Amino acid sequence: MTQPILAIQNLSAAVEGRQILKGINLTIYPGEMHAIMGPNGSGKSTLAAILAGREGYTITGGEVIYCGQDLLALDPEERACEGVFLAFQYPVEIPGVNSTYFLKAAYNEIRKHRGLPELDAMEFLSFVKEKVKLLHLPEDLLKRPVNYGFSGGEKKRNEIFQMAVLEPKFAILDETDSGLDIDALKIVAHGVTALKRPDNAQLVITHYQRLLNFIVPDFVHVLYDGCIVKSGGKELALELEATGYDGMLNHAAAVPA
Amino acid sequence: MTPIIITETKPSVALEPRITDHKLKHNEQSLPQKGDDDTALLLSARKVGFECFDKLGLPTLHDEDWRFTNVTPIAKMTLAPVLKPAHHGITEKALNHFPFAALAGSKLVFVNGHFAPELSSIAELPAGAKVMNLAAALATETALVERHLYRHVHMEDNAFTALNTAFFQDGAFIYVPANQAVADPIHLLFVTSFQADGTTAHPRNLIVAEDNSQITVIESYVSLCDTAYFTNSVTTLIAGDNAVVEHLKFQDESQQAFHIATVAVHLGRASNTVTHSIALGAKLSRTNIYATLAGEGLECTLNGLYLTRGEQLADHFMVVEHAQPHCASHEYFNGILADKSKGVFHGRILVRPGAQKTDAKQTNKNLLLSDDATANTKPQLEIYADDVKCTHGATIGQLNDESIFYLRARGIPREKARRMLIHAFAGEIIDRIRCAAVRQELDRLVWDRLEQNQQIAMNP
Repeated sequence: MTQPILAIQNLSAAVEGRQILKGINLTIYPGEMHAIMGPNGSGKSTLAAILAGREGYTITGGEVIYCGQDLLALDPEERACEGVFLAFQYPVEIPGVNSTYFLKAAYNEIRKHRGLPELDAMEFLSFVKEKVKLLHLPEDLLKRPVNYGFSGGEKKRNEIFQMAVLEPKFAILDETDSGLDIDALKIVAHGVTALKRPDNAQLVITHYQRLLNFIVPDFVHVLYDGCIVKSGGKELALELEATGYDGMLNHAAAVPA
Repeated sequence: MTPIIITETKPSVALEPRITDHKLKHNEQSLPQKGDDDTALLLSARKVGFECFDKLGLPTLHDEDWRFTNVTPIAKMTLAPVLKPAHHGITEKALNHFPFAALAGSKLVFVNGHFAPELSSIAELPAGAKVMNLAAALATETALVERHLYRHVHMEDNAFTALNTAFFQDGAFIYVPANQAVADPIHLLFVTSFQADGTTAHPRNLIVAEDNSQITVIESYVSLCDTAYFTNSVTTLIAGDNAVVEHLKFQDESQQAFHIATVAVHLGRASNTVTHSIALGAKLSRTNIYATLAGEGLECTLNGLYLTRGEQLADHFMVVEHAQPHCASHEYFNGILADKSKGVFHGRILVRPGAQKTDAKQTNKNLLLSDDATANTKPQLEIYADDVKCTHGATIGQLNDESIFYLRARGIPREKARRMLIHAFAGEIIDRIRCAAVRQELDRLVWDRLEQNQQIAMNP
């Protein structure tokens, strides 16, 4: 049987003594797109942050196996080099760091890790110019500092643009849809769909069902109070839209996952 | 703390009359065409300088403008001026490793405060433009030099400027006539090779850019020794109406040295001036910038970067005087402070009555790389007009954890991420340098310094 890209087993985590994740189980295979939905405070962003390696979380139980290795033992940069990518909910503005310079540094770190020769500035530039078109981003964005002075929509598209450049094996999209108008949402959804391949996987975290009108996940999970309370196919998202979180959770509470 | 009194420094400066005599004789011998009246003015300026110094004494921590910078170590020095050229056999080759050595354009080299013609070169200049040492200019361009040399420098309230006026030996004189542009940057290189502690140089520079002229000047202060010497420079920069001037002072003195510099800038109508101060070296450095916005509708930018480590102190003191309406002044100073070092920023904006529509902006940002580093920042606004826009902002902080995580999450190792962010912080200042060759060289240099500084990697 194929090795899963990600296997989360009974993961529990706390922030400043407060238990946020309470035993999450989730297995993702190559070629799959999973969506995690849930109300505010359910632990969605905590899960994304822990998978990417953000500091400040205490793992209180369970494990995360990524392509056969212990993900939680790796530094954030090691995870990135191994192919993990987090599209940030709030991309950070970094004045003074040129976008192309930043992306080339990241790209070459990953290539170095894989034993590939680094690209020089010219090679890299022609490579990224192709990718910029995919997200309908202006080319001058490459000359600007990372996210600095970008509109909300540009920041989110820039995340997907970086994903297109770095070609991760496993991408986590943390509320990439929030704050986007419908046109930007379509561009982002198109970009994400275009990056789906049989050998990679995506985990889309969202608050709203809206995004799933444009990208079709293979599996949908509902996260509530630190647990996945319901899993299903794409029809679960539609059901959720019809009943709302309250309706579904009342039902789910009676039948714990 | 005990106030420093003038008697502490008197043993050396008491030599003043003889030193002045000596200097004048020297000029008379080497420049016989010099007129009697001129020597009298020089002599009287030296006397006034000395009297001001005598009256003021060296500042103490009780002086509001010196609250954060203790100059006691300077007061304890012998302050022995170097009266004769002492070039110590320095060759052009020895100077090649200093920054800006490869710049096109004229270069004036001063060794231990004295002009070194054999190391200097003057490129082709537009008609009427002059690039020469001040001692020579005092003889040949007497009227022009004396019209500007003693003005604007705040001798009456700055003891170090007064001291310089009493004792200066040489420096640069640059003159660009109206409607002329000097395309390549002019590099003034002040090299110190003092073997004895306490030796003092008082470089004095005068830069005059007449109406509608354009010029770029780099003043760099570097060292070939690691003694505790003292550089006390004064530069006067006059920009005429509509002149476009870029001036950069680069300070990379010995780690034991003391460096006090005054840059007095007097700006004409609709002129556009940017003056940069880059402070990397010296145990203690202080740069005073007095900018007088003396014509309507001009733009003036003061831009600075200080990088300190060990127990270094880098102080920038600025007075921006808006004397006329519709002027814009912008001050941007970033400090990167490691170890137990200290950065001081003191920015006064003075808006005179009638200087309406003034747009004055001041920003001082400090990045502390260690728990023991200190930054003192003191904005001061004095506004006597009622239709002005004056803003100031200061930050003192550490690298942003969110930014570091963002870079790491893209595969960039922590240490490299930190360096990238520190470099970016320095880059905000370096990017304002208009002359591309100078900007690129400084960018590389600052990056190298950051690479060398282990502190950056070691801190969490």
